Amino acid sequence: MTAQEILKKVKDNFRHSVLEAALFRNEATVLVDKNVLRAVCNYLKTDPDMQMNYFVDCLGVDYHPAAPRFEVVYHFYSIPKKHRIRVKVKIGEGESVPTVTDMWSAANWPEREAYDMFGIVFEGHPNMKRIYLADDWEGFPMRKDYPLRGYKDRYNPFGEDKE
Amino acid sequence: MAEREDNIISTKEITLHMGPQHPSSHGVLHLVIDMQGERVMHVEPDIGYLHRGTEKIAENLLYHQFVPYTDRLDYMCAMSNNLAYVTAVEKLIGIEITERAKFIRVVSAELSRIAGHLLGLGAWAVDLGAMTVLLYAVREREIILDIFEQLCGARMTLSYLRVGGVRYDFTQGCKDACSELVKIMPARLDEYETLLTGNRIWIDRNKGVGVISAGDAANLGLSGPSLRASGVKWDIRKDEPYLVYDRLYFDVPTGENGDSFDRYMVRMNEMRQSLRIIEQALRDMPDGPFNVDIPEICPPPKPDVYKNMEALIHHFKYVSSGFKAPKGEVYSAIESPKGELGVYIVSDGSEKPYRLKLRVPSFMNLQSINHMSKGRYFADVISVLSSLDPVFGECDK
Repeated sequence: MTAQEILKKVKDNFRHSVLEAALFRNEATVLVDKNVLRAVCNYLKTDPDMQMNYFVDCLGVDYHPAAPRFEVVYHFYSIPKKHRIRVKVKIGEGESVPTVTDMWSAANWPEREAYDMFGIVFEGHPNMKRIYLADDWEGFPMRKDYPLRGYKDRYNPFGEDKE
Repeated sequence: MAEREDNIISTKEITLHMGPQHPSSHGVLHLVIDMQGERVMHVEPDIGYLHRGTEKIAENLLYHQFVPYTDRLDYMCAMSNNLAYVTAVEKLIGIEITERAKFIRVVSAELSRIAGHLLGLGAWAVDLGAMTVLLYAVREREIILDIFEQLCGARMTLSYLRVGGVRYDFTQGCKDACSELVKIMPARLDEYETLLTGNRIWIDRNKGVGVISAGDAANLGLSGPSLRASGVKWDIRKDEPYLVYDRLYFDVPTGENGDSFDRYMVRMNEMRQSLRIIEQALRDMPDGPFNVDIPEICPPPKPDVYKNMEALIHHFKYVSSGFKAPKGEVYSAIESPKGELGVYIVSDGSEKPYRLKLRVPSFMNLQSINHMSKGRYFADVISVLSSLDPVFGECDK
């Protein structure tokens, strides 16, 4: 299916919950309501025209200081149908997103990474803890208000002072 | 498998920490392995020892300044990483590169695929006790690194590809060196096969080890040779062709059993296909410019700067402020030696990416190690790990 057809089908099926649908460089992107995220994912995975059986990636984007602050972006691919889609949800600080690990096991580590880097909690995730950084790390380094060189401490003399 | 499960004699469960400094952990991988005797009950990879925050760095660099950082991802095959990044930026700004550049990129990407597979294979063999194969593989890898040196002066961290084309022309000397490689390489690959494919130890250590079904493999996010070994015929070069792969003839090797041995065979055959691709690309490579004719994106050659005022201005602008990309977001993926290597860029219209996400295959592939080694002997973990061929520069970003 072409990107236009994918967009049209998703929009028809989730008329009131698709907040935004965009086509850029021939890539389909839908912004959906957080409450229907799992329903959309389930539809994408099981619908015979979609068959998005491959979980490509999941990541966070920080739009600080806008509100709601974060965007969680999912990329899906269909191995049999050879098409892609990007699904996004917007969440505020402190809000959580439902996990999709029960639909695609591959989501396990990317969701942990999003938590590690942005502090986005995925509800229902079997092992919601940091993946790259040490367990006792303070702060979430990919957030826009986290300094590039980190905070000053005994191991990092070049970091910024914490206010 | 069921029979094996029953055979486990319950003893005191021990937890073994393998790595982060272990000769066969392919880098700084730390595996926490729960065992009953010799049987593995659970493997939990602990990664992040090489985490450098590449994505955060990218947010603070101009688009063209980030290319050298991509070399340090999968440092075994830097060309593929360069390619994934520059393709994504080109998609974002919406430029089409020249025909010659496309062929040069295909040749470089395939050379780096062979280089990556060779080291993966050599390290795997040495982990399982076949030292000779590593020495032979590195010998051939050396030829490829020499070609890279001839091409751009560097051997490992190449930064050869740039947004809009490539940095230096693909000279006749490089062409001859590649033709020479294509000529000698098949016999060398046969040589490895005589050492490994029929070798009883190699078969014992790999056949039926780390079996994963096609459904499980796709569900766990495996990609590249590891997924194809389970019988899933998915290769981005074929299914979503980029550059000129749709004009070249090559096959996509797949396995049947999804075990370590099939992953080995798939990689072997992939190298043969890469040689086919290189041969055709060398033959069909047209003459012409190797950079796009947009001075904001590809500044004029350095000697012009001293004679031409406009060239000087373009150079100055390029170095000091880079080029702007339109507002929007793109995801672009290539078939790297390890699997799907994707770059997702969110642009806010400035000359730096607002957010850059690398979808790295080593990271995703490593998730399946628990599934593959559960219930098996501890020694099989080594074989499974090597068959996934993770590189930690890439996995830890």
